[in-house]
Amino acid sequence: MSSTSKKYHPQEAAEFVADNERAHWHDKALWFVRSKRDKAAAAVPEWEALRETASQIKAHMVAKHADFLEQFEEQATKLGAVVHWAKNPEEHNRIVLELLQKHEVKRIVKSKSMLTEECHLNPFLEKNGIEVVDTDLGERIVQLRNEPPSHIVLPAIHIKKGEVGELFHEYLGTEKGADDPDYLTEAARHHLREKFLAADAGITGVNFAIAETGGIVVCTNEGNADLGTSLAKLHIACMGIEKLIPRAQDLSVFTRLLARSATGQPITTYTSHFHGPREGGELHIIMLDNGRSVLRQSDDFRRSLSCIRCGACMNTCPVYRRSGGHSYNNTVPGPIGSILGPAMDAEKHSSLPFACSLCGSCSDVCPVKIDLHHQLLKWRGKIAERKLLPWTKRMSMKMASIVLRNTWLFTLMGGIARKVMPLMPRFLVYNRFNDWGKQRDLPAMPKQSFRQQLKKRNDSQKRDS
Amino acid sequence: MTHKSEILKALRKNLLPEPALPSLDQEWIVYEDINAQFEQSVAAVGGQCHFVDNISDVQTRLGEIEPYRDGKKICSLVNGVEGNVDLDQIDDPHELEDVDFAVARGHFGVAENGAIWVTDEHVKHRVVLFLSQHISLIIPKSELVNNMHEGYARVKHVGGVFGVFISGPSKTADIEQSLVIGAHGARSMNVFVVENV
Repeated sequence: MSSTSKKYHPQEAAEFVADNERAHWHDKALWFVRSKRDKAAAAVPEWEALRETASQIKAHMVAKHADFLEQFEEQATKLGAVVHWAKNPEEHNRIVLELLQKHEVKRIVKSKSMLTEECHLNPFLEKNGIEVVDTDLGERIVQLRNEPPSHIVLPAIHIKKGEVGELFHEYLGTEKGADDPDYLTEAARHHLREKFLAADAGITGVNFAIAETGGIVVCTNEGNADLGTSLAKLHIACMGIEKLIPRAQDLSVFTRLLARSATGQPITTYTSHFHGPREGGELHIIMLDNGRSVLRQSDDFRRSLSCIRCGACMNTCPVYRRSGGHSYNNTVPGPIGSILGPAMDAEKHSSLPFACSLCGSCSDVCPVKIDLHHQLLKWRGKIAERKLLPWTKRMSMKMASIVLRNTWLFTLMGGIARKVMPLMPRFLVYNRFNDWGKQRDLPAMPKQSFRQQLKKRNDSQKRDS
Repeated sequence: MTHKSEILKALRKNLLPEPALPSLDQEWIVYEDINAQFEQSVAAVGGQCHFVDNISDVQTRLGEIEPYRDGKKICSLVNGVEGNVDLDQIDDPHELEDVDFAVARGHFGVAENGAIWVTDEHVKHRVVLFLSQHISLIIPKSELVNNMHEGYARVKHVGGVFGVFISGPSKTADIEQSLVIGAHGARSMNVFVVENV
């Protein structure tokens, strides 16, 4: 994807942070989900063994990626599915469109698929005269608002029920001012049932593709993927090539980890296994590369291909919780998105690895043990190497480096700062060049440097003895 | 070069060390009272679990459940449970849009999460499992397993057969994290664990 607009995460987050009440509400909502995850994980005594096993399965898959893809294609084809390969989003979208046109499809229903978001499939299909309805409730909400999801599992986590009420009043004719989640969900149920019944084809994402059997697995809580693929005759499943697992039995590990990590549920309500098309129907599986094969070549970032898109790293991330998913300006936000984003387009997403305090909480909750915070640190180095840092950061880092490397300069600067800073008017210290001081004050300047204090202490100790 | 060969070539560009595929034969959770755990898990995911002796008990208990008792269109896929919609007589699955209640057979239930394995073998329109307003699943008591590892060991993936783990009724929490039962699929899930099938 080309970099059309270059915006930095702090600027994107500024608006979100400005609404203090909402920012705190958002933080709390996600922490609530994180706490549910903790409870669910603690209830499984072998949790760490599961994480380790999952990590090893994915590492094995990535090592033999090409072999497993071929095996998957062979098995899926035997079952009567048609497998398509796409190198980039353009090819992916073209394949979908051709399939829809061949079947004279006018209306499709889609269940949650971050991959189709990555490909910007919706606007492409709409431009070609096809009605696309996202059927996951959260996705439908953001679709009606004409904005992207702000979270990969909880697409509408940034929206308040009052806003959903207004939206549904406008589009679904619910009562004005009504904001009861039960009432609004019921309205969406009726609205989307009509869409399910009228659709000519169903598009789904893929949570797991089994090399051994050629089957695919889709997980939802609402049942929307099942409704979308059990009425219309055409089912198109869109997946990234990293969704493979070697054996059917491996599902036992991943289904135990996925929902517990995502929302704290013991399993998603519906875990659906498609092995070939149903009688009289067609199943097409599109496998997209879009930079994943390049990621595999990197010793530093390869492990990010293990991601099962549970969103746990987002829910726990102190930066994500306080800045909102949209501030990342990437299909996948949060810690994992800050690794995948720069891999796709380092220039566009150069600020994302810095939207991180390196606290390491993401790595602790990751169900497949991706070393997220290490990778984020690695990206910072790469971005600096490629000279993609904004000049303010580049200059300040360069200056800091000079000062910190020269003892005499450090001592001199410290001396000046201690004398001058307390005398300076506020506007000279806290201005637009001081990002650090935007929401906090510098500590009061000490009278003496650390060296001076230590020397004084040592001298007095000597005297005493 | 085709897209396929280009992608495969890129993936074969570097030879990586191959960590062994781990054995899944590990010490996974086993419950002292598997029945109680299953019942508790079904309740936790929003369903109701009933332990009964035989199929006619199922029929009796269903008669006490309002959506079944008052439902106009009932689709039963289980011998011994009454219904009035015959899937085999229906050509277009869209005709099932107003089914009130569906009763289906599950192969086994998983104690750790209340999930039940259901397939569309001998079910002409699987959509009935998702389109019906309410659903009830029936499993033999002998077919409860502790965890997903034991569960998947029982699953045979067959071409053309759709299989699904269903854990409770359809739900969403997409509006301000408020849990709402009955998103798109079933509004309620009654599970019957039958001693003598």
